[in-house]
Amino acid sequence: MYTIIRIATFALALIAVPVFAADYAALPGGKFASVLPADATNADVVIAPFRLRTTPVTNEEFLAFVTAHPEWRRDRTPAVFAEARFLSQWQSASALGSDAQPTQPVTQVSWFAAQAFCESESARLPTWYEWEFAAAADAARTDARKDPAWRAQILSWYSRPSTTPLPSAGGAANAYGIRDLHGLVWEWVGDFNALLVASDSRDQNDPDRLKFCGAGALNLRDRENYAVLMRVAMLSALKGADTTANLGFRCARDGAREGS
Amino acid sequence: MKRVSQTVATLVALAGLIQSVTAATAAENGGYVHGDFGPPRGDPIHAVLTDPPNVPAPTYRNYPAKVIVELEVIEKELPISEGVTYTFWTFGGTVPGKFIRVRQGDTVEFHLKNNPNNKMPHNIDLHGVTGPGGGAASSFTAPGHESQFTFKALNQGIYVYHCATAPVGMHVANGMYGLILIEPPEGFPAVEHEYYVMQGDFYTTGKYREKGLQPFDMEKAIDEKPTYVLFNGAEGSLTGEKALKAKTNENVRLFIGNGGPNLVSSFHVIGEIFDRVRQEGGTREQENVQTTLIPAGGAAMVEFHTDVPGSYVMVDHSIFRAFNKGALAILKVDGPENKAIYSGKEVDSVYLGDRANANLAAVTQATKAAAAGKLTKEDQIKAGQQLFAGTCTVCHQANGEGLANVFPPLAKSDLIAADPKRPVRILLQGLSGKVTVNGKEYTSVMPPMTQLNDDEIANIVTFVLNSWGNPGGRIDASEVAKVRAEPTPAAGAGH
Repeated sequence: MYTIIRIATFALALIAVPVFAADYAALPGGKFASVLPADATNADVVIAPFRLRTTPVTNEEFLAFVTAHPEWRRDRTPAVFAEARFLSQWQSASALGSDAQPTQPVTQVSWFAAQAFCESESARLPTWYEWEFAAAADAARTDARKDPAWRAQILSWYSRPSTTPLPSAGGAANAYGIRDLHGLVWEWVGDFNALLVASDSRDQNDPDRLKFCGAGALNLRDRENYAVLMRVAMLSALKGADTTANLGFRCARDGAREGS
Repeated sequence: MKRVSQTVATLVALAGLIQSVTAATAAENGGYVHGDFGPPRGDPIHAVLTDPPNVPAPTYRNYPAKVIVELEVIEKELPISEGVTYTFWTFGGTVPGKFIRVRQGDTVEFHLKNNPNNKMPHNIDLHGVTGPGGGAASSFTAPGHESQFTFKALNQGIYVYHCATAPVGMHVANGMYGLILIEPPEGFPAVEHEYYVMQGDFYTTGKYREKGLQPFDMEKAIDEKPTYVLFNGAEGSLTGEKALKAKTNENVRLFIGNGGPNLVSSFHVIGEIFDRVRQEGGTREQENVQTTLIPAGGAAMVEFHTDVPGSYVMVDHSIFRAFNKGALAILKVDGPENKAIYSGKEVDSVYLGDRANANLAAVTQATKAAAAGKLTKEDQIKAGQQLFAGTCTVCHQANGEGLANVFPPLAKSDLIAADPKRPVRILLQGLSGKVTVNGKEYTSVMPPMTQLNDDEIANIVTFVLNSWGNPGGRIDASEVAKVRAEPTPAAGAGH
């Protein structure tokens, strides 16, 4: 993985500016009651100020990336970094075709490929806590999670079968100016493989728990928050080279301001 | 299913030997036979899975085999009721999922596939598995992936399987359950029909039968207040053309499961008695059962013989679920009538009940007089008095005084004096909203008394008009008939 990051960084140095100037919004961070408590029981987590891409990465953005970094073309990426279905919705390794609209969020991307893309725009994947912090907002409030309507909106996306093409990125902005956190795609986070414990979610407080070394390994703080729990379950089902038809990503940067 | 009985017949000789061996063991162990019959033998067998309400053919095997089961999870929109759809998560594209049938002692190699178009990760917990999570810990599978694990089917019985991925309740509520049958080594006695029926409760944001695609409602699920309680995942899945079918003088075996997620089922077939029930799917048989309880996450095997043709309605006898939430299925039995067992309707005659008693003699007298065209006012008053005593005194009291502030008086009523025919209308149409009688306001509701016929109403009102200082007079049945023929005023209108 580090090799890849170095390659990506090296490539970035050659290109100097990303093809697309992505929008990032600043989020204050601070104390946050995550569904995965910091001490595995009840403690708030502390999140440093960060910036988050306002929209998920789109097909055209990712196409520009693989054009500039051909080692990430689907026909050149080693299988350890991306499984066979990597970008399989594209017509070819270098063209989108009719099944992949330019403004749709890119899906069928592995964690490694997503991380490399973010490196290419001097960014990284957000942590789970950063993602959850941003996604707690609705249009008016920075933490709307106690509102049943907030939860219902997320659950309604789960209720929709994924038989129709994905909408374009660029839905309504939340209180931080971030779009599409809910209701469009799943999104990779940097620490996706440290989230849930067991593949059988029911064995809470089992003596075996210590064999799982995850940040959120032990207990869910808010069991009623099924909506977020399902995202954790989804991410924890994945390996870094996996891709799915509903899984995309966005990037994050440290600090409240550019260059900080 | 014909084929089942025939093939079974040809195997009886073979099975006889095994049966005698296991029967002896069963008796010694109180019905329990340990199911490890050694390593699998022969070529691996690919299990044939069936969609509900069908059940795969028996295994007809007398040795333990390696059985390969392949099950695909598919998330899809399906009808849940007429004009209503729901995004079900399914094992194999149906709710309940595909029926799996193996033999006790088999080694089952299980492949769980998660369709690449699915949104969710899934796994499977089979209650017939001995091991942590019933397989769930080994089968957590992302979309576009496949998991494999292997177990030995140690215990015979009919077992529920279900998804156990977080949130478990939601995965189950969306239809992720089915049945796996682990046959006893000697198999089951041959029957003409085996069917697969599974109950589940469903929670939608819209009301029962509200049209369109209905999302899952988490609040209702937590409160355990289902919108639908269904057999085989949809209202009407086992009625009309899709009803289960049998002929008279056949044996029917039902594998009945309950996926839940919340409700316990009181399973009953109206007009049948279960000859044999394996309650909770266990080994012991109970006989002559009317209603059998099926826990959420449990199953039962019931058998009965069809004697009389007709439609037999299967219900959850928590009966509002059947008639108001959809838990209805039909078994249609065709064949010749058997009048010795059930006659059908033999007599339809008039039954007067306690109206034939002496205390209603005056009513009988008035009815006869009216028929003869000789009805007098006195006849009417006497008959009306007796009818009044039976119908009206509960509220208006025997003395016509009513109850202060609740039920208005009929005695010396200014309302009646103002319009002596109004009581006829009130009896036929009811009275609600404010009404002022003798200077006092009343707001009770009187329902329409349309169960009374025209003669009876005429007699009651004539009695009231001639009692307790009211103005007198007489109402004829034809006047009542006229009012009854008027269109019913809209609720809230009138009075």
